[in-house]
Amino acid sequence: MDLAQAKVALDTLWVVVTACLVFFMNAGFATLETGLCQSKNAVNILAKNFIVFAVASIAFWAVGFGLMFGDGNPFVGWNGWFLGGTDNSPATADAYQGVFTALNWTGVPLLAKFFFQLVFAGTAATIVSGAVAERIKFLSFIVFSFVLVAFIYPVGGHWAWGGGFLGTAGFKDFAGSTVVHSIGGWAALAGVAILGPRIGKYGKDGKINPIPAHNMGLATLGTFILWLGWFGFNPGSTMAADVNAIALVALNTNMAAAAGCLAATAVAWVVLGKPDLSMILNGTLAGLVAITAGCAFVTVPASITIGVIGGVLVVFAVLTFDKLKLDDPVGALSVHLVNGVWGTLAVGLFATDGGLFYGGGATLLLTQIKGVLAVGAFTLVASAVIWYALKATIGIRVSPEEERDGLDVGEHGMQAYTGLGSPSPSSALSMSSVSVT
Amino acid sequence: MKKVEAIVRPHVMEAVKTALQEVGVVGMTVTEVKGFGRQKGHTETYRGSEYKVEFLPKVKIEVALPDDLADKAVEAVLKTAATGKFGDGKVFVSSLSEVVRIRTGERGEAAL
Repeated sequence: MDLAQAKVALDTLWVVVTACLVFFMNAGFATLETGLCQSKNAVNILAKNFIVFAVASIAFWAVGFGLMFGDGNPFVGWNGWFLGGTDNSPATADAYQGVFTALNWTGVPLLAKFFFQLVFAGTAATIVSGAVAERIKFLSFIVFSFVLVAFIYPVGGHWAWGGGFLGTAGFKDFAGSTVVHSIGGWAALAGVAILGPRIGKYGKDGKINPIPAHNMGLATLGTFILWLGWFGFNPGSTMAADVNAIALVALNTNMAAAAGCLAATAVAWVVLGKPDLSMILNGTLAGLVAITAGCAFVTVPASITIGVIGGVLVVFAVLTFDKLKLDDPVGALSVHLVNGVWGTLAVGLFATDGGLFYGGGATLLLTQIKGVLAVGAFTLVASAVIWYALKATIGIRVSPEEERDGLDVGEHGMQAYTGLGSPSPSSALSMSSVSVT
Repeated sequence: MKKVEAIVRPHVMEAVKTALQEVGVVGMTVTEVKGFGRQKGHTETYRGSEYKVEFLPKVKIEVALPDDLADKAVEAVLKTAATGKFGDGKVFVSSLSEVVRIRTGERGEAAL
């Protein structure tokens, strides 16, 4: 093996291992969302978060990857369906020949590139599940997720990462504050608005009724898993074992998380009276989402600043969405949408190369704003169309009776926590000669 | 035969159990319950919204015993379950019309 082959091997190992970390973020989302919601809906939330990755795998393989990274025009890719088409990865730059030119900068096999991008697409889809939890129909969520990963996410992603007009205009989103988190967030916002709030969440005269979490242990474990997974999400986006880049990105990721965690804790303590654990968790995630766009472009102190602002934003965003009667059981909009936008804009301020605070003027910041608006408008409208279409055909919301009794029994015919009243094989044992202590 | 039901604070359950055993009680059943009397609940907040929690966690201890043990059992509960503050709980004593041991079919005092 010569040096060049060794580099390919190291880069590929890096890409595949970090992709596995990002994959495991689905477990983080599953446990976090389940913990923050009611026990009668646990099976449904677990099922949504689990199946969405399987759905994403098929959708992205068949259509999404080609739309996002296939050669095409400034708005969509138009090559590479089912991973077909020529491709001589891991050849890079001018040596690359194939239909996925947008990814010719990373020297790993095509299937590694696909696998890495797939887990990112899966993350965007799973963001939606928390916001629509406790009243969405399981089938409608599956169908929406397929369309999101097959069409909506890839088009937005193509603009930024796939050779589209945002990327060529200098739009910077290193690991996906816009591409993954805000797209998931806009799609979730459309869903939340069209679905409506949970029964009993909002009372007359603007009263907000709390529907408390059922298992903060699960929620906390989930957030730890997400924090760990983000060490794959951000550093992995170098798609190369570039020693300085992955070290900086990993550290920026952590410091923003810590800063967001502490800032949200402080704000919750002062504004709400006590350090609400769900806000501590949301604050950490806010910092992580906010640094995702700029983790390779900013200094460590800047990442802390970005995280602090994210932590402050998320607390107020949770309160604001409730005031607007946009019911989001887990804070997905506040974490992923609001901080996806903030993280993208933060690049225009803090990027050492071109940021406003580094003498770069407003050019980059304006480009970031354009990107936020373009992706936001497209995703919001496209998602709204799909949600409305589903609402008009198969319906998107469970019946009030089902919502009251819990989606576990209504959608899945089973409970998450059986116990008293469950069937047991006692009739088979009682007549036997087996001795029981 | 009497049934003694004591609703007490969760943290005194072990002490009450030991005290009951010391006066001759052999078996008992405990349930986790929630309730209130004159003890005020408290206010909790979740993501910015306040709500009152009035039902407070307690433990219900149920014992079936012969008539002559009932008073001693009530004394045992009072000695170990009282803290002097609102929320200490209550003891209910009622008459049992029948008791049956499932394993043997014994009835009445023999089943206690």
